Amino acid sequence: MWKWLHPYAKPERSYQLCQTLLPWFAVLGGLSLLVGTFWGLAIAPADYQQGEAFRIIYIHVPSAILSKTLYCTMAVAAFIGLVWQVKTAFMAMVAVAPVGAMITFVSLITGAAWGKPMWGTWWEWDARLTSQLILMFLFIGVMSLYKSFEDPQQGGKAAGVMAMVGIINLPIIHYSVEWWNSLHQGATLLKMDKPSMATEMLWPLLVCIVSWALVSGAIFLLRLQNELLRREIKRPWVVALVLNNNESNNTASAVNKE
Amino acid sequence: MTPVMALLKRDLTLAFHQRAELLQPVIFFLLVITLFPLAVGPNASTLQIIGPGVIWVAAILSSLLGLERLFRDDYQDGSLEHLMLSTTPLPLIALAKVTTHWLTSIVPLIVLSPLLAIFLHLSEAMYWALLATLLLGTPLLSLVGAIAVALTVGLNRGGVLLALLLVPIFIPLLIFATSAVDSAAMELPYTAQLAFIAAMLLFALALAPFAIAYALKVSQN
Repeated sequence: MWKWLHPYAKPERSYQLCQTLLPWFAVLGGLSLLVGTFWGLAIAPADYQQGEAFRIIYIHVPSAILSKTLYCTMAVAAFIGLVWQVKTAFMAMVAVAPVGAMITFVSLITGAAWGKPMWGTWWEWDARLTSQLILMFLFIGVMSLYKSFEDPQQGGKAAGVMAMVGIINLPIIHYSVEWWNSLHQGATLLKMDKPSMATEMLWPLLVCIVSWALVSGAIFLLRLQNELLRREIKRPWVVALVLNNNESNNTASAVNKE
Repeated sequence: MTPVMALLKRDLTLAFHQRAELLQPVIFFLLVITLFPLAVGPNASTLQIIGPGVIWVAAILSSLLGLERLFRDDYQDGSLEHLMLSTTPLPLIALAKVTTHWLTSIVPLIVLSPLLAIFLHLSEAMYWALLATLLLGTPLLSLVGAIAVALTVGLNRGGVLLALLLVPIFIPLLIFATSAVDSAAMELPYTAQLAFIAAMLLFALALAPFAIAYALKVSQN
């Protein structure tokens, strides 16, 4: 693990890794997003109970699954940073936090939009909705703690501690909220009673989940690259990178003129 | 243990010298509780239903006010640096600080709790449950809160940020505590909820001092 990890403590190597991975994530993610969304929204059959409204599942479920995954990703990055003192890990943590917050927000909004036709209200204090809302606050907390420090290195460490506290709390929050709700109103409103969805509905959903993971991976890589450049802006490797880019642009425009 | 005891004594003495600052969170706590009957009406049965929740929310908010003070003065006059350089382990020092916070800003609230029970028309069973949850749960507020305070002590605008960081984390405690009192109101056993709170407290007691120590190091840079 250590041998594999430690070259990427060097910002330059991490940048190059992002550069190699980015096209794969972006192209595969973009393609599967198009395929999955079109398949789900246009081709898959309508639900016999929920009608066409169920199609929001193809946006809601991927975002809901990803939101917690991204929080875990953030906490793992924070853990690596705190334990092995890898400063690029903190940059990764900072890069993933806004993506996670946004995806959590999307899952809340789509959840509300789905709740209106199905349950008749925009918002229900259902256990899942509530824990999702708290998850968004946890993301925002980590982000705003990082932003309040002038020194990004120090801010990264502080936000990392908070992310670790949050990840320990996340299961407690999840189960306590579930328990709280079941205490108060007995039956849960929305439950995926049949995990055995019809295959024509399940396949586009799986494609959508994978595509959302890939696309948010691509956004994360882009953000990480930006973060690396911003922090290392005066280092020789960044200067060399910019000069190289300028040169290739110049030669390209020269070729165009000819 | 002696240096820790000395530190505890020093902090308590300092806290009692600044009586106004000591009293403010208590007054705030009372004020928040007073607002609720005015806002929702003086109906006894309504107040009894929302009472435990109101008391707990007010306790969380006013503990946040007191928390801000936890490391601030020591950080500003440099004695925190001295404490960190001393041979006493930093987690123990952190634990002493947390104890001071609990004794000075939370115990007064617990002492006031019978009055609140009267204000909000809690039944006797509910009051005992409330007292048990407060005794077990509030040290958790101090312990976990101190982590965030230690992280934000170097920042000038800690207050709102502190609430933003801590309130989501206190939610499980709020849920267990109020559901214990609700069970007591229906004359059901509530040991399960108390056991949950105690488990969280022990868990935090084991880990939080180290997290606070690390956070202080981050803040001192």
